[in-house]
Amino acid sequence: MVKRKKAGFLFVLPGLLGVFVFYVIPFGDVVRRSFVQAVGSGFAGMKNYHQVLSNQAFCLAAGNTLRFVLVCLPLLLGLSLGIAVLLQGQEKGKNFLKSAYLVPLAIPAASVVLLWNIVFDQSGMLNGILSFFHLKGKDWMNSGAAFGVLVFSYIWKNLGYDVILWMAGLHGISESIYEAAKVDGAGAWKCFFYITLPNIRPVAFTIIILSFLNSFKVFREAYLVVGNYPQEKIYLLQHVFNNWFLELSVDKMAAGSVLLCIVLVVFVFLLQRSWDKEV
Amino acid sequence: MKKVIRYVILFSFALLEISPVLFLLAGTFMGNQEIVECVAPVLKKGDGYASWKLFPVFPTMKNIVELLLDSPEFFQMFWNSVKIAGGILAGQLIFGMPAAWGLARYSFTGKKIIYMLYIIMMMMPFQVTMLSEYLVLDRLELLDTSSAIILPGIFSTFSVFIMYRFFCGIPESILEAARIDGAGEFQIFFRLGIPLGAAGIISAMVLSFLECWSMMEQSMTFLETKSLWPLSLFLPEIEDGNAGLSLCASFAALLPAVIVFLSGQDYLEQGIASAAVKE
Repeated sequence: MVKRKKAGFLFVLPGLLGVFVFYVIPFGDVVRRSFVQAVGSGFAGMKNYHQVLSNQAFCLAAGNTLRFVLVCLPLLLGLSLGIAVLLQGQEKGKNFLKSAYLVPLAIPAASVVLLWNIVFDQSGMLNGILSFFHLKGKDWMNSGAAFGVLVFSYIWKNLGYDVILWMAGLHGISESIYEAAKVDGAGAWKCFFYITLPNIRPVAFTIIILSFLNSFKVFREAYLVVGNYPQEKIYLLQHVFNNWFLELSVDKMAAGSVLLCIVLVVFVFLLQRSWDKEV
Repeated sequence: MKKVIRYVILFSFALLEISPVLFLLAGTFMGNQEIVECVAPVLKKGDGYASWKLFPVFPTMKNIVELLLDSPEFFQMFWNSVKIAGGILAGQLIFGMPAAWGLARYSFTGKKIIYMLYIIMMMMPFQVTMLSEYLVLDRLELLDTSSAIILPGIFSTFSVFIMYRFFCGIPESILEAARIDGAGEFQIFFRLGIPLGAAGIISAMVLSFLECWSMMEQSMTFLETKSLWPLSLFLPEIEDGNAGLSLCASFAALLPAVIVFLSGQDYLEQGIASAAVKE
């Protein structure tokens, strides 16, 4: 038994060492630096944190990022759940549909940049379509509407991923419950609200977390389309970190990373607690 | 009637998701002049709005030939991407796979903490680890080399998590039987673990590949020398002269990912779904 324990640890050890060398130990250093002055090495207390939290760019970006998450998550989760439920009842072309939804996962941001420019330009295709219906278009990329473009990019990219996740959850609900409900005269909507929703709650937790984390990757599209200093509404946390990095503000970056890390861990922890409590 | 609505909804979303690929595919076979005619308004050279054609009127291979024979920078970037993705995947097999096995099949002191650490690491976006990665890469004098992207990528914990989920699903009785027959722990891993967990390993590799192929934050931050840049940082531009070439390059950039996607699609689905379903 002792030998077996040792074997288990030996399997994990090489990978664990790498994780420590490249992530854990340097992050410890970052935590240390977040309390140290930028110039020299004097103890700075909470000064760096104060500086970050009162930084205008940081606050703008944090607000935008939060707004982005609050708009995108419900939209994506609702839409993908709807599609997953519909897709479950679909017989023809089910596999084709699933792969079609997943395709954007394989498309690097660099490949769509060109298309986004053609579609969302002031005289791009989207405005062309709008004008056909006598609607007034916008300069999507260089106005507040850029936020909408970002939301669209995110949903376009992650829809299939979430559909697959939901379907995995739906698959776990036993068919017999639905049949029993139908015998008792429950319609499709009732089935959805009283059987489907309560039963996919555990899966929903994972899906919320994964979708939330994927929202950080939307920066790629934003960056490739409009660069380091985009329209104010889509100036995200990722832009701030990038610009701090370019100006080598190690003190701000350190405090910012630690803050972001804490926020993420607390978010997940709270979500988990509220989830466990209600079940 | 209900059925028709379901069809329309499901297929229109599918169309929306794959339309960028169709657009790029058409663009790949268009001549420069045809493209410029389509997007003239975006280039500020014409009135009205940009348009696109799903089938080129004058299909030509000219741009493909030019891309293949006369664009060394593109090839350089393409091979950089292959090198980075290949290095990361190989490393994840060497380090991540045993780690997943150890965590899934053995109990030893500290296992729970290590597992928690891996989960937390998995959740951290690049912005949190950016500074720590920079510090360690600087210390190891790896900045501005491909290793700066490959080494941290190897120890990303997401693929460990996917493989872990699949390894957990192998029945203990099989391993127990092998132990009674006198098999050592390493033998069990190579002879039973890897073959029985193959689906999970492939899933993790497919997901990792797609991630590596489109990851750009790391290269943007740690690589200054342009000749080291991967394809995901390739920024296509539409100007009169090279519009066709850019479209062609955009399509070529997504081709490897789409090929991996299509050939590993079942595994991809299983890999995504594994995160949703508790063992």
